Amino acid sequence: MSATSAPGAVSTAPSKKPGEDGRPGRPERPRSLKRVLVYVLLSFGLLIMSAPFLWMALSAFKTTSELTASPPVWIPTEWTLENFRDLLDKLDLPLYFMNSVIVAVLVTVSNLVFCSMLGYALAKLNFAGRNKIFGLVLGALMVPGNLMLLPLFVLMSKMGLIDSYAGLVLPFAAGAFGVFLMRQFMQSIPDELLEAARMDGAGEWYIFWRIVMPLVKPALATLSIFTFLGSWNNFVWPLIATNDPDKYTLPVALATFATDPNKAGGSNGMLMAGSFLIVLPVLVVFIALQRHFTQGIATAGMK
Amino acid sequence: MSTTTGKAAEPAKVQAGPGTTSPAAGPKGSRRRRKPSMGVQNMAGWLFSTPFLVLFLVFMAVPIIATLVMSFTDFGLRNVTHPLDANFIGFENYTKLFSDEKFLKSLFNTAYFVVVGVPLTILLGLVVAVLLNNGIDRARTFFRVGFYAPVVTTIVAVAVVWRFVLDPSDGLVAGLFSEVGLTAPDFLGSETLAMPSMIAMAVWRNVGTVMVLFIAGLQAIPTEVREAARLDGANVWQEFKGITVPLLRPTLLYATVITTIGYLNVFEEPFVMTQGGPSDSTLTVSLNMYREGFNFFHMGYASAMAYVLFVVIMGITVLQLRLLKDNTK
Repeated sequence: MSATSAPGAVSTAPSKKPGEDGRPGRPERPRSLKRVLVYVLLSFGLLIMSAPFLWMALSAFKTTSELTASPPVWIPTEWTLENFRDLLDKLDLPLYFMNSVIVAVLVTVSNLVFCSMLGYALAKLNFAGRNKIFGLVLGALMVPGNLMLLPLFVLMSKMGLIDSYAGLVLPFAAGAFGVFLMRQFMQSIPDELLEAARMDGAGEWYIFWRIVMPLVKPALATLSIFTFLGSWNNFVWPLIATNDPDKYTLPVALATFATDPNKAGGSNGMLMAGSFLIVLPVLVVFIALQRHFTQGIATAGMK
Repeated sequence: MSTTTGKAAEPAKVQAGPGTTSPAAGPKGSRRRRKPSMGVQNMAGWLFSTPFLVLFLVFMAVPIIATLVMSFTDFGLRNVTHPLDANFIGFENYTKLFSDEKFLKSLFNTAYFVVVGVPLTILLGLVVAVLLNNGIDRARTFFRVGFYAPVVTTIVAVAVVWRFVLDPSDGLVAGLFSEVGLTAPDFLGSETLAMPSMIAMAVWRNVGTVMVLFIAGLQAIPTEVREAARLDGANVWQEFKGITVPLLRPTLLYATVITTIGYLNVFEEPFVMTQGGPSDSTLTVSLNMYREGFNFFHMGYASAMAYVLFVVIMGITVLQLRLLKDNTK
């Protein structure tokens, strides 16, 4: 798969599939009947997939009486922002939002730099130990994160990094997945190009930064989206690495809020409003960039 | 792309070419350099690898080994500040594990989650992918986004919403039950229904990942193969069984392995939805480990748990690779 043509391949390929669009000699009627059935099935599936989202979004704007109405009311008759106001009174959302943004940005930037560097070395530099390092990366992909949590916590405590951004960022600053992805993409860059640059006296750093990195922009985009979202949605480590509520990330703040009966006090309205506010930016970003997402998963999975 | 004007404005860590390393050599007429020696690439390779390797060592390799060491000690709360004071107790943690009813229950619950959840997720993901890939020509993106959206959503929000959806008094499902004159059970409060409810949620959440993998796999199947099968008079089912499934084996393998690994590690869902209850019926190994480690600070014991889970994961992964790969070729 070439680096430059990769994104969008998933979504453009199907339309080109021959044999799908009523070729001559193909009986049309049964196909269209089948097609209707497929649409019905998929729509039903989609309804189930989106029902919880819709329920959440609509419930966030319901009054207490409609929240608890039986049978349930789907569309609020009286739209209210009460839930959001209550939530913002009780939960310092802007603070948690900023914490999440800071951590996710730092994690993303460091992954882009460090994973690309190693990806470049593994794809394009012939050096002793290359295969061993690649084996290490592949092995790291297999190790479950839970295996590291306990010593990591001890380590961070000893380093005094509990309740710090560094403590939240460092364990995720360079992921094996990123190395894998960057290596896959960089392999498709022709060696001749780099060889020519070397002949002209360019240093490896120059080649990496000025020649290779611009060529793998689509891969960088994919990796940024994945990493940012992974960090944004990360829950276990921030839960462990923060005790001070001022350093909570959004998911930890929401989970703490949701499981503490004194805070949420059974107010489903507030919880729905909170969930809505956390999910909304993610869904908007995802829908805008969904091609890169699906392509990234496919690329990482196929090789 | 012109590289002859190499001004090396970058803080060049490594310069190509032995001997004179003036990369600012004139753009034209600069003498051709010899191909950089192996030594230079060697050094560059290691310099490019170092940042990752340092982070990897400190935050992954060392902790992985430390977990193993800790699992043979009585590492507790006081050892967080004085790690070296922990006592070596041999296999005591491990032997204790297998007489610990709570652990055995969490092991059973995790197995339940995997055995029911993985096939459902794979099957539904495959069905959706096949339908999306072959059955429709319009709104493809729309459907794909819809099925994938749960994957990218913060688990905490998802769990909060599902808790609400399943609420026996005013939840969405309860409402549907009452529409048809039934009383909804307390899904998450029932020992028998809590786990199936959580599996339903996990399947809902993970179908999208598997779907995307299968779509990519399906598109890698040469259309000529399908065409040929159809010309030979294969019907939809025969085509699916004879062409699609065999050629999808590598994807199937990959999807099964990553889904299984993910499900064996399941933590967030029970943590946010049920806290492992009722009566530990949704206590998974990861949640059990978290509690032992971070609530009770039995960190040595929790480390042993982590390693048992790790060994189980490795074993199952190897087994799956064998079973599924044998049939590939």
